Amino acid sequence: MEAQALHLIQWLLSQVGLWDALRGFIEPVWPVAWIVVKILVIILPIMGAVAYLTLAERKVLGFMQVRPGPNRVGYWGLLQPIADGVKLLFKEIIIPTGANKFLFVAAPVLALVPALAAWAVVPFDDGMILANVNAGLLYLLAMTSLGVYGIIIAGWASNSKYAFLGALRSAAQIVSYELAMGFALVCVLLAAQSMNLGDIVRGQHNGYGLLGWYFIPLFPMFVVYFIAGVAETNRAPFDLAEGESEIVAGFHVEYSGMGFALFFLAEYANMILISALTAVMFLGGWLPPLDIAPFNQVPGLIWMLAKMSALLFVFLWFRATFPRYRYDQLMRLGWKVFIPLTLVWVVVVAAWMQTPWWLW
Amino acid sequence: MKNLIAFFKSFLLLELLKGMSVTGRYFFARHITVEYPDEKTPQSFRFRGLHAQRRYPNGEERCIGCKLCEAVCPALAIKIEVAEREDGTRRTTQYDIDLTKCIFCGFCEESCPVDAIVETRVFEYHGEKRGDLYYTKPMLLAMGEKYEEQIALDRAADAKYR
Repeated sequence: MEAQALHLIQWLLSQVGLWDALRGFIEPVWPVAWIVVKILVIILPIMGAVAYLTLAERKVLGFMQVRPGPNRVGYWGLLQPIADGVKLLFKEIIIPTGANKFLFVAAPVLALVPALAAWAVVPFDDGMILANVNAGLLYLLAMTSLGVYGIIIAGWASNSKYAFLGALRSAAQIVSYELAMGFALVCVLLAAQSMNLGDIVRGQHNGYGLLGWYFIPLFPMFVVYFIAGVAETNRAPFDLAEGESEIVAGFHVEYSGMGFALFFLAEYANMILISALTAVMFLGGWLPPLDIAPFNQVPGLIWMLAKMSALLFVFLWFRATFPRYRYDQLMRLGWKVFIPLTLVWVVVVAAWMQTPWWLW
Repeated sequence: MKNLIAFFKSFLLLELLKGMSVTGRYFFARHITVEYPDEKTPQSFRFRGLHAQRRYPNGEERCIGCKLCEAVCPALAIKIEVAEREDGTRRTTQYDIDLTKCIFCGFCEESCPVDAIVETRVFEYHGEKRGDLYYTKPMLLAMGEKYEEQIALDRAADAKYR
């Protein structure tokens, strides 16, 4: 691909007679430029998906509350995200007097960047991956944990008690659920014997189709990982960091316009990321559910996207169904249920793998 | 034993799944939203909307200035001045309803002995200035002329319950 694209550019430029003049400039920067192109190919669809996920959320919530959801802007409300985006772009960005200006502006960026950076190691199809690193799992753990700094800094820099409360809650919550999430990933690591996300998916390709995926032997971990993922992205029923009915909007009370929009983007990008990771680690990534004719003809990318959409729907379903956890309930669930459960299952899987009954 | 069952029930997230099945069912339910400007809910013939003053078929105004409506009005929204006309009949010189005070209880309509003041089905009206919702006698009579057909039909439909 890389070489072909370069050839295409060479051909195009030589048609207008510029190739010889620009050659010395293009050839050295080409590898970097090609990476930028690949990044854009990943980031732009994610941004589009984030925009339409907000519409999907409002539609799903609407449908579950027996109302139609947004349907005024464009057919079936399809232009609603664009209208929202334009509105937010043109709104004034207000910086509170007591705020730490630099951190206040930096926080939304800090929230969004890790959510996008994590996509570097996510495989969309066999070989369709930006950076095929062997410690992909560790990189992911690092990136998903970094996102919380944006929230903490936003809460602190706003110089508002509600924002600060939201940030504190968020920090405690992420610390509690990060552990459970990490242990759930340790189980996947044990089963796949690799930290490379591509190898983790290939480890699930073992001839049983659907039954070969890790959600069967690691079912409790699948549930724990997904719930911890919901907590990690601060989504309902774990949205205590926002808690609009108690602390107004939590960490982003003081944000308006594009600053607010960046937090929004980060939250939804994180949702999509958690769905992608759950799909990769437990639901066989790009693998078809049955390894027979009509299914394995479909490109792996389609299967990956289908699994992600299904998981995203569950995110929205949760939001439509459950009331917000009380803070102590949240902590109890994290420390007294998930961490012991994951610890036990790590031991169970490790022991199980030594027996002949380990079929994965 | 009971504790054990309760433990497994919560451990297997049964209650949460039950909740999700409810919302999942409603996901496919028919929407009950009335998309207002396009669709409207049916109105009763007793609907109490904007007021109107009626006239008899011969063009004579019905109101005789008895001030019953002014007396019964709980919001004190009606103001009436009465004088004798040249032909010796008792008529109002001023009949104002302040719609910003009115609570649309329908007592004025109820108390009127000659069905002069009525409430129509009109509810989509607005005022752009402070005085716009202060309805005077000519405005009320104009409303009555405009909607007389509907008003008469509604009175006829309600007649047997009176």
